[in-house]
Amino acid sequence: MTNPYVPLLFLLAIGGGFAVFSVFAASIAGPKRYNRAKLDAYECGIEPTPQAAGGGRVPIKYYLTAMLFIIFDIESVFLYPFAVAFNQLGLFALVEMVLFIITVFVAYAYVWRRGGLEWD
Amino acid sequence: MGIEEKLPAGFLLTTVEQVAGYMRKSSVWPATFGLACCAIEMMAVGTPDYDIARFGMERFSATPRQADLMIVAGRVSQKMAPVVRQVYDQMPEPKWVISMGVCASSGGMFNNYAIVQGVDHIIPVDVYLPGCPPRPEMLLNAIITLHEQIQNSKLGVNRVAAARAAEEAALAATPTHQMKGLLA
Repeated sequence: MTNPYVPLLFLLAIGGGFAVFSVFAASIAGPKRYNRAKLDAYECGIEPTPQAAGGGRVPIKYYLTAMLFIIFDIESVFLYPFAVAFNQLGLFALVEMVLFIITVFVAYAYVWRRGGLEWD
Repeated sequence: MGIEEKLPAGFLLTTVEQVAGYMRKSSVWPATFGLACCAIEMMAVGTPDYDIARFGMERFSATPRQADLMIVAGRVSQKMAPVVRQVYDQMPEPKWVISMGVCASSGGMFNNYAIVQGVDHIIPVDVYLPGCPPRPEMLLNAIITLHEQIQNSKLGVNRVAAARAAEEAALAATPTHQMKGLLA
């Protein structure tokens, strides 16, 4: 064998094969004695907490926070190269960037005044 | 499917019983069900002084899904009774129960309305272990007794026949209140 790692591959195959064989053999040779408690979730011996229908309702504020983060994160992604190359760029780039920030700031002011930054 | 339950009676079944019994008794994993003072003695059995690890049983499992043996160590109150039953139901077969101490076996010194008078009101018990609390050596003796029971337990048609024989013997035995002991 040229590659010294080939035995590791064999070991991986043997381990994986043993796991698959165990599951298969257990499904064939194992008794199937089910009761309701065995199929329930384990919750230290009490009846498990009932789950809400449809997975429960997630509050919308999480989505709003995530979306605002994405928007302002993309803005800061544009700001980082500008900050690094600031010395080589001239006045034109500065004015460009100020206009960009003002544009995003309008959106920020809108969200702020409409109450999008309130958590509750 | 339970292949071992479907074997025909004869030499093959007895051989399988021996092998399965040996394998089952050699690595019983207890479930942590220490409720009261007997739990301290159960913990002591895990120490190197008394060493339950020589049986392969040092792996107490908190989840009943991976446990074989439920050592009910301590008094079971009325509030705890459905929890005991639920945890027992959630253990996969084959499973055994040791009721450790007098409180789990019969209510012990607590002959009142708050304590279940014997955990066999709730779950089937294989080995009763008296003591208040039993010394760790007594718990090891109970475990060895259980190992002998497991080694000799029958499968398939032999199990059905043994159950029928045990029922007939129990019907013919003297009832508990007739047992006078040395007074008779």
